[in-house]
Amino acid sequence: MKTLFPLEVMQHFSTKTILTKTQLATRTRTFDTGRDNMDSGLSPQDKKDLDKFIKFFALKTVQVIVQARLGEKICTRSSSSPTGSDWFNLAIKDIPEVTHEAKRALAGQLPGIGRSMCVEISLKTSEGDSMELETWCLEMNEKCDKDIKVSYTVYNRLSVLLKSLLAITRVTPAYKLSRKQGHDYVILYRIYFGEVQLSGLGEGFQTVRVGVVGTPVGTVTLSCAYRTNLAFMSNRQFERSAPIMGIIVDHFVDPPYSSHRPANMGQPCNYRPPDEEDGGAFVGVQDSQEVCTTSFSTSPPSQCVCTLSPSPSKLSKPVPLDNVQLPLAPGLVTHTLYASRLSYQPPAAAGPAELCHPAANPNQMMHGGKEGGVVLVPAHPVHGADAHLTVEHPPITPGSIGDDDSLSHSGDGRRDEGRRSASPSDPVEALNAFTRKIGAFVNKPSTQITAASLDLPFAAFAPRGLDSEENDPMVQPPDSPPCPSPLQASLHSQGSEGSGPQDDFVMVDFRPAFSKDDLLPMDLGTFYREFQNPPQLASLSLHISSQSMADDLDSLPEKLAVYEKNIDEFDAFVDMLQ
Amino acid sequence: MNCRSEVLEVTVEARQVEEAMLALLHTILLHRSTGKFHYKKEGTYSIGTVGTLDIDCDFIDFTFVRVSSEELDRVIRKAVSEFKDALSNSGSDGMGQISLEFYQKKKSRWPFSDECIPWEVWSIKVNVVNLANEQERQICREKVGEKLGEKVINVVEVINRHEYLPKMPTQSEVDNVFDTSLKDVQPYLYKITFQITDSLGTSVSTTMRRLIKDTLAL
Repeated sequence: MKTLFPLEVMQHFSTKTILTKTQLATRTRTFDTGRDNMDSGLSPQDKKDLDKFIKFFALKTVQVIVQARLGEKICTRSSSSPTGSDWFNLAIKDIPEVTHEAKRALAGQLPGIGRSMCVEISLKTSEGDSMELETWCLEMNEKCDKDIKVSYTVYNRLSVLLKSLLAITRVTPAYKLSRKQGHDYVILYRIYFGEVQLSGLGEGFQTVRVGVVGTPVGTVTLSCAYRTNLAFMSNRQFERSAPIMGIIVDHFVDPPYSSHRPANMGQPCNYRPPDEEDGGAFVGVQDSQEVCTTSFSTSPPSQCVCTLSPSPSKLSKPVPLDNVQLPLAPGLVTHTLYASRLSYQPPAAAGPAELCHPAANPNQMMHGGKEGGVVLVPAHPVHGADAHLTVEHPPITPGSIGDDDSLSHSGDGRRDEGRRSASPSDPVEALNAFTRKIGAFVNKPSTQITAASLDLPFAAFAPRGLDSEENDPMVQPPDSPPCPSPLQASLHSQGSEGSGPQDDFVMVDFRPAFSKDDLLPMDLGTFYREFQNPPQLASLSLHISSQSMADDLDSLPEKLAVYEKNIDEFDAFVDMLQ
Repeated sequence: MNCRSEVLEVTVEARQVEEAMLALLHTILLHRSTGKFHYKKEGTYSIGTVGTLDIDCDFIDFTFVRVSSEELDRVIRKAVSEFKDALSNSGSDGMGQISLEFYQKKKSRWPFSDECIPWEVWSIKVNVVNLANEQERQICREKVGEKLGEKVINVVEVINRHEYLPKMPTQSEVDNVFDTSLKDVQPYLYKITFQITDSLGTSVSTTMRRLIKDTLAL
């Protein structure tokens, strides 16, 4: 449906309003309803248009605000020919879930005097604490502008107001926070209708007015109140993560195994030294890892499900008010947006439908790639317990803002990360990629290999029946190896990665696309990391071999005695062979 | 009618000049562009759709929104880079001003050429500073980001006063009001000029005027 506008009055044009087809068709109907706002001087058609404009303006406002807090850059294409009806001539995509929630909150009403539509943006940390960041309010006041032309001036001014909203949503402090969400915290939104509630914003909150548009029935005002006092955040959140941030920097400086490492430098938080050293710096790290395991659960069906919309012409069709069926009770709705997984592609010029993945399975999450491609990734709950968002945030370097933030990983490397290669090109990316391994082993409950009780390095894979090998000194590794075995650490404990820059080569990320194992509780990547540094073979170390040689010689007489006892069996065996 | 004039001032480091100017100019143009007009019979017209794009700055902690039009972006970038070159070559202590002027054309009879009547002028004054060390630069990144945010709020405030805008033109008049040369968006007719002030700040020793965009050669 194309939106047509009557031209502004020019001296050599008639002043008659030129009606669109739909207006002509519905004109007769509007006169019958006998609305009581005729006294405002507004024609019924204009009133109807105005209501429609305000309703869709409210819906688009919510879309803009929520999309600005998804954590990704928004990109839409301009189109010279109207492709249907993009409301207010702006290409603003409609996330169906958001529209649905907005309509539910509005419940068939429009923002009016005393009835404001508010979008509340809040932050929720991995520990479960939440904090309101900002509240966007769409209000209506009594100041009317009777002379203004509804279908033209009001429409254009609403369009400009939406553009202003686009600009302002990138300016408030919550924008930067939302771009960095994913692992330590997520950004949530809530739409409500009625009285504006600003008490949750703390002291000293600031207000910025986006703009106003006068209409014959009132003045539409759009503003934002945002929190300035982030004290809660700084005390609780960032203290925890400070050791982690400090740790990353010296990853390439010292090998983690060296004992002379000063305590305040910390350790990479995915490394666990074999002697169970628990320095003060590690406590915070451990805690946050522990927290990660418990707080991110498999997303419930109502969360983090968004479908990409098909071509705008299908979705953005303005629905006449009459046809919208809305429940009467405007409930308060809270939604979690795992924004890092949403990504939008601009509609192709030729008009094919965009990637449209209806999320039939609530556990499916849309995964946004770097180039804007969308990969649909099933997030299977691991071990029946938790799916993790355990990405360690890379240190902010100039130019890296917004680059790598959009990826998040499930706990056991089960995501199909086609783009991630094992050998990153530059150190910064290596740091980023390496630190993303955190928590890969965090969730290892009782399914941990119980062969940990054995001292054998490959005990998990040793044939169970051969008990005699346990005591065989040839097979058993020496007790105090010069290079400590990460295997022991990983078998005994949780949360160790076991790989480190012992040599020049650093395995920063290993996510084999093909590896998926239901039998063993570890996959190929895990296995590789754990057994990457096996201890030296016993036979290769001289003093041990000499020791065992001596033992062998000592035990020879006993063995000979045994063989002599069984000499009949051996003879029978030899006869059988002949 | 009077032309309204707005002045924005920013203090930036040399490498931030380009992005700061782009951010502000694009923010203004976002509000002053519409979709392409398509005139039909009966004197009505339909308007195309304007897409938007988020741009992260590399040297400033800031993200701005611009219209999704590569052509327009190219034009603005060209103007800004000329301004930046002029600033760095001037040898002064780095003060300059770039102006974005929206105008309307009024057809005059022969022999007089068409008049350009500005209805809105945005002047962005730039003060370039040199920083000594990396720490100061880091602080500058954040500070300039905040300042730009404030400027965007100022721009939005002015625009949302909904003061004079040219009337929507008929098909024959559209080139007097809008720049119709771009394929995907249609900003109001604009021109970008700049001038560099020398260290005295009062007199203009180097004045460079360039007309970056004009639909008719004057």
